[in-house]
Amino acid sequence: MIDYISSNTTVIWRAFSEHVLLALIPVALAIIFSLPLGYLAVRYSKLYYPLVNLSSILYAIPSLALFLLIPAIIGTSVISPLNIIIALTIYSVALMVRVVADGLNSVDPSVTQAATAMGYRRVRRLFGVELPIALPVMLAGLRVATVANVSIVSVGALLGVGGLGALFVRGQQLDYAEPVIVGIVLSVMLAAFCDIVIVLVQRRLTPWTRVGGRA
Amino acid sequence: MEEIPFLFDPVNWDLATSRNLPSLMLDHLFYTFLTLAIGALIAVPVGLYIGHTGRFSFIAINAGNAGRSLPTLGLIILLVTLIGFSLVPVIIALVILAIPPILTSTYAGLRAINPASVDAAKGMGMKPLQILFGVEIPMALPLILSGLRSATLQVVSTATVASYVGLSGLGRLLVDGIALNQYDRVLAGAILVALLAIVLDLSAAGLQRLLVSPGVSGRALTRTSPKSTTPITADTTTASAG
Repeated sequence: MIDYISSNTTVIWRAFSEHVLLALIPVALAIIFSLPLGYLAVRYSKLYYPLVNLSSILYAIPSLALFLLIPAIIGTSVISPLNIIIALTIYSVALMVRVVADGLNSVDPSVTQAATAMGYRRVRRLFGVELPIALPVMLAGLRVATVANVSIVSVGALLGVGGLGALFVRGQQLDYAEPVIVGIVLSVMLAAFCDIVIVLVQRRLTPWTRVGGRA
Repeated sequence: MEEIPFLFDPVNWDLATSRNLPSLMLDHLFYTFLTLAIGALIAVPVGLYIGHTGRFSFIAINAGNAGRSLPTLGLIILLVTLIGFSLVPVIIALVILAIPPILTSTYAGLRAINPASVDAAKGMGMKPLQILFGVEIPMALPLILSGLRSATLQVVSTATVASYVGLSGLGRLLVDGIALNQYDRVLAGAILVALLAIVLDLSAAGLQRLLVSPGVSGRALTRTSPKSTTPITADTTTASAG
């Protein structure tokens, strides 16, 4: 095992850094897209069910199938990393839209009324009151989306783009468990690391959830 | 003459040809249901035990997240390189991925029950097993079923990936299509497996409505108090990705 790692450090490192990019760019894109969509679903409640239902249908599509459907829809090459990034963005947005909407809906109406009475206009109330209160719910969703992304990326190796998945494919081709084990361990560690980072960010951003026991 | 796309070519639907589309789909369904049955047989009782007694709850709480972080392709390839390819290691890998969502949501379902309901059942003289089957399971059913639903998606998706190590099922079309550079075969497989997953997900949602008691889901109460109850739906912690 140690022999394998020491003689393949460049390969492993490249696979790992590719993995990080492929998994986390979609998370960033999903945050950008899901906040306005989730807000629309709350502001215009008629949109809530169509958006949530569409999300759950998109979420149901198996990853390998979605990776391979995207070239047919937007005309990318099958081996383009864009397919993976777009597919993972779709999954993450599908998950996050609902979480953002539910988070915003969970804000106690008396709180928003109090903010309005204090002179908060809609935009300032959204950013100053509603979003911070919804943050724990939204970050819980972000954790799920991030961890899921990190593990799904490797499926992309079947198309030739997959970060650590390349190590799995290599292990399969050589009938050799070492690269597979290294890939699994690194992937799980990356997922755990991202998860912990989000938890720390949440502690930092929502100190009131820890004071006095109740949010 | 224009070539007929793979998906609509009648030859591929002919039951006499080897690896025709209906038989690949049946294989896929077979793996999915076999895995779910084994997974549920393990995860539901364990989840009920943990939820009912409150012992070992850290296992149930962390199972969901741990399961989600396991790379599916890596797990399948690892088991196959260690054991060799046959149905058994692949089904083991699929079961390992199906257990966490079911376990976590079964546990969460039992924990979410208002203790007053259990106390009331006790007060009425119900025995522990009667409480479990008459009160706790029916009330936890929405979450137990949504765990099964997440597991279904996870398994359909992973069974597709498992074609890479040699499993039959619709994933064959994707994997073989990539290897042969036949994109229409790939596309046929991707469309069929996406449809299969969506149909299974919608049927699971239907089943959820059918099986959950109206008193629990809140449907029975809507006439008298439209705003008093919100149906229990899947929380994000049980969501599992494809």
